[in-house]
Amino acid sequence: MAETNFTLAELLICACADVWRGDGEVMATGIGFIPRVAQGLAKRTHSPGLLITDGESCLTETPVALGAKTHEGRRYAGYMPYSRVFDTLWGGRRHALVGPVQMDRWGQGNIACIGDFHRPKRMMLGLRGFPGNSIDHTNSMFVPKHSTRVFVPGEVDVVCSVGYRDERWRAGVRRDFARVHRVVTNLCVMDFDGPDHAVRVISLHPGVGFEEVQADTGFPLLKAPDLHETTHPTAEQLAIIRELDPRDLRARQIKDNPLGIRPVA
Amino acid sequence: MNTLNKEMTPAGIVAQLRDGMTLGIGGWGPRRKPMALVREILRSPLKDLTVVGYGGMDMGMLCAAGKVRKLIYGFVSLDFVPLEPFFRHAREAGSIEIMELDEGLLHWGLRAAAMRLPFLPTRVGLGTDFVRVNPDVKAIASPYADGEVLLAMPALKLDAALVHVHKADRRGNTRLYAPDPFFDEWFVRAAARSYVSCEELVDEIDSGEADAHCNPFERNLVSGVACIPGGAHPTSNAAIVAGVTSYGWDAAHIKTYCAAADAEDGWAGYCAQFLAGADEAAYQSAVGGRDRILALPRQVM
Repeated sequence: MAETNFTLAELLICACADVWRGDGEVMATGIGFIPRVAQGLAKRTHSPGLLITDGESCLTETPVALGAKTHEGRRYAGYMPYSRVFDTLWGGRRHALVGPVQMDRWGQGNIACIGDFHRPKRMMLGLRGFPGNSIDHTNSMFVPKHSTRVFVPGEVDVVCSVGYRDERWRAGVRRDFARVHRVVTNLCVMDFDGPDHAVRVISLHPGVGFEEVQADTGFPLLKAPDLHETTHPTAEQLAIIRELDPRDLRARQIKDNPLGIRPVA
Repeated sequence: MNTLNKEMTPAGIVAQLRDGMTLGIGGWGPRRKPMALVREILRSPLKDLTVVGYGGMDMGMLCAAGKVRKLIYGFVSLDFVPLEPFFRHAREAGSIEIMELDEGLLHWGLRAAAMRLPFLPTRVGLGTDFVRVNPDVKAIASPYADGEVLLAMPALKLDAALVHVHKADRRGNTRLYAPDPFFDEWFVRAAARSYVSCEELVDEIDSGEADAHCNPFERNLVSGVACIPGGAHPTSNAAIVAGVTSYGWDAAHIKTYCAAADAEDGWAGYCAQFLAGADEAAYQSAVGGRDRILALPRQVM
């Protein structure tokens, strides 16, 4: 049964978990706290076939609790050192949920730097795994603070992950392994299923209006025909989230830890 | 009788290196870096180095000390500190040449070098700014019916590789009991010469079969071994096998190091506090002693 007493962080964990629904036996990799709880929640609920790691080099069928102080009690099903991560992702059997610093209307993400690549105004992470992840398998994105600084009007400063901008693809390059599935933010969930991969809002979090989302986005958005309110967490989901995050570290992920249902102003 | 004896001192290893060389450094961010060998480079007059790796403080310190002409990296990160702070300064100042790679592309370039190939094909990097900022990296068309256009990742040939393992013998046989061996094997295979530091050095490793599977690369790839217990500090050297030296990274020391990066003349201050001594023993006393290093608990992810 859907609950009414939950935080925004808990709603986002559930919305993030949903990106893997129907994926079968792919490796789910959530980067960052909320995506990582979400991958465990997805595996424990609708997507038991997912492969997930212990956060280091082993696969586990029992998602680990975050914030643990020891390795005690951990059980492993397999081995996933970084060499196999590359083998897996180059083979396409993975769906990552990643956090870009900028994203544009073509679904291209930037985590490298702000400003000119050769003389950055602000150095960030660099390309990391974004080029390989994005051209080889499905990716979704998590943005905890929806704003025009993230969802930029033009192209991102550095295209780290590929998207749907034709000019970026030279003739003969295979594009069909690349797919941006969903973007989960603190305001809504979006996808790229509009005409020519235009960005659509598919659900709005409780109390959020489409106009507010549009105002905080640097490019035009479409309303999905079945635009609806983001599904509330169920009691079962909340119980699993508490098991995966027993120290309530999720309360620190979104500024002021707001409620999932906005109080009426 | 063992006629092969590759034991060297850290200073002896660094004396084999030359200005302008391309050095590959094993490990991954704050994990299992051959830091004692890096510190030995810091004490040496070596300069104009090209450094290749999944970087952490190894790259940050070499940049801060002015040893680096060019960095070739998949990232330069301390994990819980997402961006290495001295690397950030160098990058934002534009003071070093760089080749920033996708993490997978880096291992692909090492594999090409290991197989003595000029390049290996991949699609990684196409469609992104990697190809814009690396105009020297070319694309090629598959010669087969598919005709797919692919990136030709150039071989990353190394003059020397430096890696840190748990155990070695004087012939150059090694054992690595790490949770993840990362790409040390490929740094070693891509290099003309490889130097290994280790926690424990014996005359002859003569093990059972399961232990032999923990041998990361063959001894004929190893030019020198140096026994430096605690030599990965302040990075970790975790082991998954009981009875083997295992330690976590030194988060407190790394925070001190990062604070130095934000201070005026912070690198000079860090050197004065920790690197002023003549050797690794002096360094280890300055950071609280070898026993403290070897007792640092492994991080839980």
